[in-house]
Amino acid sequence: MKYLPLLWRNLWRRKVRTIFTFLSIVVAFLLFGVLMAIRNSFEAGIDLAGQNRLLTIHKVSIIQQLPERYLAAIRSTPGVRVVTHLSWFGGVYQDPKQFFAQMAVDPETLLRVYPEYVLPEEQKAVWLKTRTGAIAGRKLAERYGWKIGDRIPIKPTYYRPTDGKPETYEFDLVGIYEGKTADVDETGFFFHHDYLMERIGDPGTVGWYVLEVDDPARADEIAHAIDVQFENSPDETKTTTEKALAQSFAHQIGDTGAILSAIAAIVFFVILLIAGNTMAQSIRERTSELGVLKTVGFTDATVMALVLGEAFLLVGGAGILGLVLAKLGTPVFGKLVESFLPVFYLPAGSVLVGLGIAALLGLASGGVPAFVALRLSIVDALGRR
Amino acid sequence: MSALVEVSGIHKVYQRGAERLDVLRGLDLHVPEGEFLALMGPSGSGKTTLLNMIGGLDKPTSGRVVVGGRDLTRASARELAQWRARNVGFVFQFYNLLPVLTAARNVEVPLLLTRLSRAERAKHVAAALELVGLSDRADHYPSQLSGGQEQRVGIARAIVTDPALLLCDEPTGDLDRETAGEILDLLGELNRRYKKTVILVTHDPLAAERARRVLHVDKGVLIEAKAA
Repeated sequence: MKYLPLLWRNLWRRKVRTIFTFLSIVVAFLLFGVLMAIRNSFEAGIDLAGQNRLLTIHKVSIIQQLPERYLAAIRSTPGVRVVTHLSWFGGVYQDPKQFFAQMAVDPETLLRVYPEYVLPEEQKAVWLKTRTGAIAGRKLAERYGWKIGDRIPIKPTYYRPTDGKPETYEFDLVGIYEGKTADVDETGFFFHHDYLMERIGDPGTVGWYVLEVDDPARADEIAHAIDVQFENSPDETKTTTEKALAQSFAHQIGDTGAILSAIAAIVFFVILLIAGNTMAQSIRERTSELGVLKTVGFTDATVMALVLGEAFLLVGGAGILGLVLAKLGTPVFGKLVESFLPVFYLPAGSVLVGLGIAALLGLASGGVPAFVALRLSIVDALGRR
Repeated sequence: MSALVEVSGIHKVYQRGAERLDVLRGLDLHVPEGEFLALMGPSGSGKTTLLNMIGGLDKPTSGRVVVGGRDLTRASARELAQWRARNVGFVFQFYNLLPVLTAARNVEVPLLLTRLSRAERAKHVAAALELVGLSDRADHYPSQLSGGQEQRVGIARAIVTDPALLLCDEPTGDLDRETAGEILDLLGELNRRYKKTVILVTHDPLAAERARRVLHVDKGVLIEAKAA
């Protein structure tokens, strides 16, 4: 601690150089924080997807509808605990650019299969008995300033009504759910499948089924047992774990995590060169001063530690500031990208990784100058002016 | 008087590629406690090299250097550093102050290696600055001081740990005549009043006159010139 004024003063010897280096490191760690938040956003669905949840979709494509009558067959398959179904509505609220997912569901089974959606009991009771009732995620409700009791008009793009009433669907907002953890998407909008069927004349189809099994270890066996039942029918199925499906979706747009990590690695490598150059220049400029420190009794190891300490102060300080800004900034940035990245935050684990990287960068950028300082001969150092 | 510094038969050889430079050639020197010794000689004669040996900054190729009973030729780099911190003060020609620190902080630097508290360090720093007559410049940076004042700060830094031995390498080489006289007065006072043993390397005969003994170093050997 008594060396801190010396380190601090040395750091600010060339103010402009130090400020630019400091800012470039801050920006790098800020970027790292945002990249990790994006990566987390892509992976949140995969992490959250339970191994005990299976999805049954049409064998051709998830956008192909499945018969509603499959429900009973799937429910009676041994090992299946509970089944629900979802249908993608794809309507427009106010402006087509304001996208959010709307799903027609069976409310009672949906909340059993997805316990991570936390809905107060009284709101749940109202939803179950309100045919036009809908629930929205907390973030979605905040985005549009919705409150319980509001009527939400949504214009269909696919499910055109055949009941002769106005085309726009009118939903009564009866509940606002929250995620059990920060990873849970809070931008969903769910309404009664029965209401949808009522308006379009009940073709007897659903989008896909989601089922919970008793034993995750038997997931493959149960998936096979379900698919076998619908083999050679016009609507063959493909059942897989929710996690596997989420992973396959993520992989369709490339290995996002690896790409983002590679970008972060390149940024840090550049920062290593910048910080290393700053430290090397700084040490080169005061070789004789290091010689003086050794002359008055500083050991080689102490001088080396001082140089390393300076690098840690520069890189560590900037890294911490960058991570703090990232932590504070991601909720703000998250609001801007909420419609396509609903789960957007910087996980604590990534902050710790960032701190570790800052320590390593400090070590790496100060390593060579510190070694030079360690090996510096007093006589040579004092001879250089 | 007992010898504080005993240099026996030291040789120092530098090898630069194929070229061999014999800087010191079997040199002997005895410096009693309380001595004020001036080492003179032309550039490249080996006087600074000899000073470096006595200060534990460099080691001879052969021979022995014993200071205060401690054989410096047998000490490790770490032991030498610790020994220097306690026993020797260095005064340089170009002051060698750290430009980013104030005068007080510069003087405090050697005390950072001690176990003294912040308040105790401040007390020692204040005493050293007062002794060199710079109490009112404690918060000034080197760039805000004159050459003479910078050298006084350098001397304060050298004496702040109260070493027995002061090694001064051309301490007036960068100063005008009047300021040089003041610095030499100060070194003389440190020698007489505070019993510091002073070894002064200089080119300047007027500076050497202040010493009680003057030795000439020529081609790596000593020639006695004057004894007061």
